[in-house]
Amino acid sequence: MHDIVQQASNFINLDAAQLIYLFFVGFVGGLVSGFIGSGGAFVLTPAMMSLGVPGLVAVASNMCHKFPKALVGSIKRAKYGQVDVKLGVVLGISAEAGVLYGAHIQESIKKSFGDAGSNLYVSVAFVVILAVVGGFVLRDAWKTYKSGNSNEEEKVAKLARWVQSVNIPGTMVYFKSLNARISVLFTIPLGFATGMLAATIAVGGFIGVPAMIYVLGASSLMASASELVIAFVMGLGGSFKYAMHGLVDIRLAMVILGGSLFGIQLGAMGTTYVKPFMIKVVMGVIMVIVLFSRALMVPVYLGQLGLIQPLEAMTVKILKNASFMIMIFALGLGAFIVLRAMWQGRRAEQRAAQEAFEHANG
Amino acid sequence: MSANNQTTKKKPYGAAILMGLVSAVLYSVLLMNQDIANKYSGLGGLYAFLPILTAFLFSIIHGSFTGHFWTLLGVEASKKKKEVK
Repeated sequence: MHDIVQQASNFINLDAAQLIYLFFVGFVGGLVSGFIGSGGAFVLTPAMMSLGVPGLVAVASNMCHKFPKALVGSIKRAKYGQVDVKLGVVLGISAEAGVLYGAHIQESIKKSFGDAGSNLYVSVAFVVILAVVGGFVLRDAWKTYKSGNSNEEEKVAKLARWVQSVNIPGTMVYFKSLNARISVLFTIPLGFATGMLAATIAVGGFIGVPAMIYVLGASSLMASASELVIAFVMGLGGSFKYAMHGLVDIRLAMVILGGSLFGIQLGAMGTTYVKPFMIKVVMGVIMVIVLFSRALMVPVYLGQLGLIQPLEAMTVKILKNASFMIMIFALGLGAFIVLRAMWQGRRAEQRAAQEAFEHANG
Repeated sequence: MSANNQTTKKKPYGAAILMGLVSAVLYSVLLMNQDIANKYSGLGGLYAFLPILTAFLFSIIHGSFTGHFWTLLGVEASKKKKEVK
């Protein structure tokens, strides 16, 4: 607790350049989140820490900007008929439990192995999960693109068809986005895993969205939009927990929110212009690039733990900077793909409308 | 936007200006009183409600402004009704 008080009194001074930097990173993070349901947090937390914000305050402040952002994003996407509130809330509640358990594991690892052990755990979780899930999502998006069926409605995955066919009396709930009844015995572990990942790498959506698509059978649009509901439920509970310990720097949270609300509106609108598989493209691309960012840091932490020969200070610095730059690149590339897809979608719609207009008057 | 969308849909100038002004006031108050904000954010306990309520307030006002902002710039959702399962 003493550490916490120490951290809480450590709210940094903010100058204009820092405010603009946070606002901009918030904007890009919001843009990606509005589109794929999550994704900005993995850059925002290190971005705050790069300004000298203590780790725990950065995590808390990030969470306190996440839930209001997710609220605005989910309301926007609900207007387009993309949100399944019930699915989001059901998964969100079990995700909350996952967050608490994930935080508990983090604390235990930190107690036993120190900061380096905790960082190694986070980085390995990043690399393994992003490699497996990100690789799968990207492969699926690529297969859809190559098949030339990108305009067609997404097919429900085999696993999801099986999950939808299982009937466990007393546990079945109907979800409109799936147009099926699913046992909560399937949703609880998925929500829990989403929360655990959120507590570990700050982006639960990297499990939540693919799980909704491939395990439950939701469409990409529904999954990414409903993830915003999960993020709201999880973020609200998490923020309150951190705020009770006085760890939320409300200035940081609100400045990032300032930028991210511009971004999330744009990202949400972007989903109405693109083919659904583009959501998988953006998510897969970000996940696969970010895993390289974290993989670079694994030798640093292994060295700090004495498991390999410790790296030289200069090498550590280079790896740290490269890792951060790759993360920024991943988020920037994700935002670029969203904006480009949105631009192309708008152009195509305008051309079609123009042609229809000319045809009618021709 | 597009030819068939150039109907007489009124742009939300009034709402955008109002929400923009209120949002600017909220941010000004927060950033000009950083010491007070830090003090109460750092207290913890039941004071946890303060940052949470602040976040809700900003999200409603600023979220409404940002929505109107893009509408004024002509950036709107596709008019084509997406088929969502």
